[in-house]
Amino acid sequence: MAADDVKLRVSGLDFFYGPKQALFDIGVQILTNRITALIGPSGCGKSTFLRTLNRMYETLPHARAEGEILFDNEDLLAMDPVALRRRVGMVFQRPNPFPKSIFDNIAYGLRVNGTYRGAALHEKVEKSLRRAALWDEVKDSLHKSAYALSGGQQQRLCIARALAVDPEVLLLDEPCSALDPIATAKIEELLFSIQDQCTQVIVTHNMQQAARVADFTGFFLLGKLIEFNKTEVIFKTPAKKETEDYITGRFG
Amino acid sequence: MGLRNTWRKLVNLVMFSLTGVCALVTVGVLFFILGYLLWYGGTSFSWTFLTHLPTPVGEPGGGMANAIVGSAKLLFLASAFGIPIGFLGGVYLAEFGGQTFSFVIRYTADLLNGVPSIVMGIFAFAIVVLPMKHFSTLAGSLALGVMMIPIAVRSTEEALRTVPLMLREGALALGASKWKTIATVAVPAARKGIITGIVLDIARVAGETAPLLFTAFSNRFWSPGWNQPTASLPVMVYTYAISAYDDWHRQAWAAGLVLLSLVLVANVVARLSFSRGSTR
Amino acid sequence: MAGVPIPSGHAAAKRRVPALIQGLRSGDTFAHLLTLLCAASILLVTVALVHQLYVNSVLPRHKFGFEFLTGRTWDPVSGDFGALPFIYGTVVTSALALLIAVPLGVGAAIFLSELAPPRISNAMTFVIELLAAVPSVIYGLLGIFIMVPFLRQYGEPFLKRTLGFLPLFQGRMYGVGMLAAGLVLAIMVVPFIISISREVLIAVPVEQREAALALGATKWESTWQVVVPYARIGIMASIFLALARALGETMAVTMVIGNDPKISSSLFAPGYSIAAVIANEFTEATGDLYLQSLVELGLVLFALTIVINGLARIFIITTTQKGSAH
Repeated sequence: MAADDVKLRVSGLDFFYGPKQALFDIGVQILTNRITALIGPSGCGKSTFLRTLNRMYETLPHARAEGEILFDNEDLLAMDPVALRRRVGMVFQRPNPFPKSIFDNIAYGLRVNGTYRGAALHEKVEKSLRRAALWDEVKDSLHKSAYALSGGQQQRLCIARALAVDPEVLLLDEPCSALDPIATAKIEELLFSIQDQCTQVIVTHNMQQAARVADFTGFFLLGKLIEFNKTEVIFKTPAKKETEDYITGRFG
Repeated sequence: MGLRNTWRKLVNLVMFSLTGVCALVTVGVLFFILGYLLWYGGTSFSWTFLTHLPTPVGEPGGGMANAIVGSAKLLFLASAFGIPIGFLGGVYLAEFGGQTFSFVIRYTADLLNGVPSIVMGIFAFAIVVLPMKHFSTLAGSLALGVMMIPIAVRSTEEALRTVPLMLREGALALGASKWKTIATVAVPAARKGIITGIVLDIARVAGETAPLLFTAFSNRFWSPGWNQPTASLPVMVYTYAISAYDDWHRQAWAAGLVLLSLVLVANVVARLSFSRGSTR
Repeated sequence: MAGVPIPSGHAAAKRRVPALIQGLRSGDTFAHLLTLLCAASILLVTVALVHQLYVNSVLPRHKFGFEFLTGRTWDPVSGDFGALPFIYGTVVTSALALLIAVPLGVGAAIFLSELAPPRISNAMTFVIELLAAVPSVIYGLLGIFIMVPFLRQYGEPFLKRTLGFLPLFQGRMYGVGMLAAGLVLAIMVVPFIISISREVLIAVPVEQREAALALGATKWESTWQVVVPYARIGIMASIFLALARALGETMAVTMVIGNDPKISSSLFAPGYSIAAVIANEFTEATGDLYLQSLVELGLVLFALTIVINGLARIFIITTTQKGSAH
């Protein structure tokens, strides 16, 4: 792994909710334009870790992160969070479109960050919707409310919304857990299709999904990163016993 | 890009500061009101004020003993019928009510709550004063009591709704009849909320002036019984405040202080004692 | 339990009668009936109220018809009664009150729901809700002795100097007038706006805020462009309720509005509101037409507040039922 292939370099990351420590000495390298999956039982810290990557935890008063995260060799924990979040986007567990039209949902990130120009804005929105494989389904109802879409469509809308600002990294927190298998399959297709356009980190409790989709997988347990390697290796020849126990379903 | 981001951060700071100012201003107003009232009212307050009758117009001195007693009588009679009816109505909504009928009652109660109190005064005037051909404590009590009913209904209902079903089922399973369950289990369990509701209800109508202006009217002397016009604190505050005499202005402040103190103390005590844990 | 026949007809009636007797014996039927009557008293009162307002305003309704609402003169001597000056005064003072109270209230609500730590937010809200419990006549007291002199000496001259080119801020400055009434009303209704708006803002799901922040929005942008629109229906309901309250406010208004039934374009001018004229002239009304005209004014006020409150309640019901503002 050549040094300039690393998008996010995490070392010695500890995380605290008030006095309680949730992440212990996490160290990992997330490679550029690859899909990295994070698996583990509920409450193991994978979502917490994901949220440190765009500092979403800062909305909680007593949460703090210590350690080092380098984003293209910049200190992520010291950067301006607003600028950070333009470059590191997030898709959430349940679709959360804004109470606006489909068009305005996609345009929101663009408008807020200043890419405002009329016809160019329209182009960008169309491009995002195409990337999310949603354009054909909504192109005639762009001004309808986003809530008129089905659950799966809403989630693809949220992905399109996140992609509209051209993030370098896309964080996905169990994006398919609220969706049916068909919608899930469509989203996994989508993630594949944008593979070489951005770095993806996806938290999933569904191991088969990780096996299907990810290049690399990390296994979390009780706030520690037990093992991190190519997905094949994790699932076929895990090095640690805990990993093997989880994969084979002995717990979790 | 850097310039735009700096602008956005500036907007962030300025707008949130403004919202903080708004909150502070509103809170500040209450302290302002209290402060002024304490100052002006406190300096005019005296034992005479509490125990004497008003002096003839224009003569300084005197007090508002009759107004204090008058308010007490009005509230007493109003509560005597307003609270029980409201309470039982609330019990109906929480324990017996059917879907549509309850919805209609609830909605109408909320609407009735929003009717200006002066309209209630017209109502009591038409029903009591016109036939009797004179003002009376009775008429004033009717106006106030009718205002108390919808408030009591809603607050009782909400208090009863917080009692878990399990508690009621425990009693029913032991063979208690429905009304017994309500009376001996549900109501006692909800008593804090019910009492709070009643106290707030009384405090709310204690300060009402408009409905009394042409029902109980006013009286410079004692008002024996229930059939005669009576002085009341809020009406006295009003009458004295708009008068031309400085001495009366001072007394208006004192009366205002008494009235506000009673209302605020009732509110604070009621709300604090009814601590629901997670406030909203 | 398959196979158990559903009781119907004679068999069912036989089963129902014992239940009724049981009910009578245990007192449940009585309790049911008693509480039902008490609940129904709400309907009874409402019907009786409307009836009395209607029946006691028959004279002016027959004499003036709809022109009662458009008549500009209120002259007890000649028997000419028109409601327009009062409707005008009521509307202008309430509009002014909302103009001030809405930004102030929504701003404070935003602060209390988004920025203030929970304990401070709860403490401040407690205080603000106490403001709602202060009797109208107390606001009037402060209005007469503090606000009116202040306006007469400093407030109105200042407005005249700076904005005097507008007809709104011209004319003689008495202190009392529609400006004073509007200001007092603003203070009186702001706690309602704050209390309700804060609750609906707090109820906006966290994921909405997070979605906006995740796109690189600042906290203000997330609040103003996502959270507030999400809560807009509840906020609107609070504004409607505040409006209904302002329309019906009597004492504080009558103490500072100047009580002059004239229509003027200036906010400095004394005016009159529906509630204020009823309060002032009811006991002095000579003759049935005079008195009943005041009652008709009461009917107008009643109708206005019922409609506005009714709409606001519907908004609130739909918001809380669906849990979201859509």
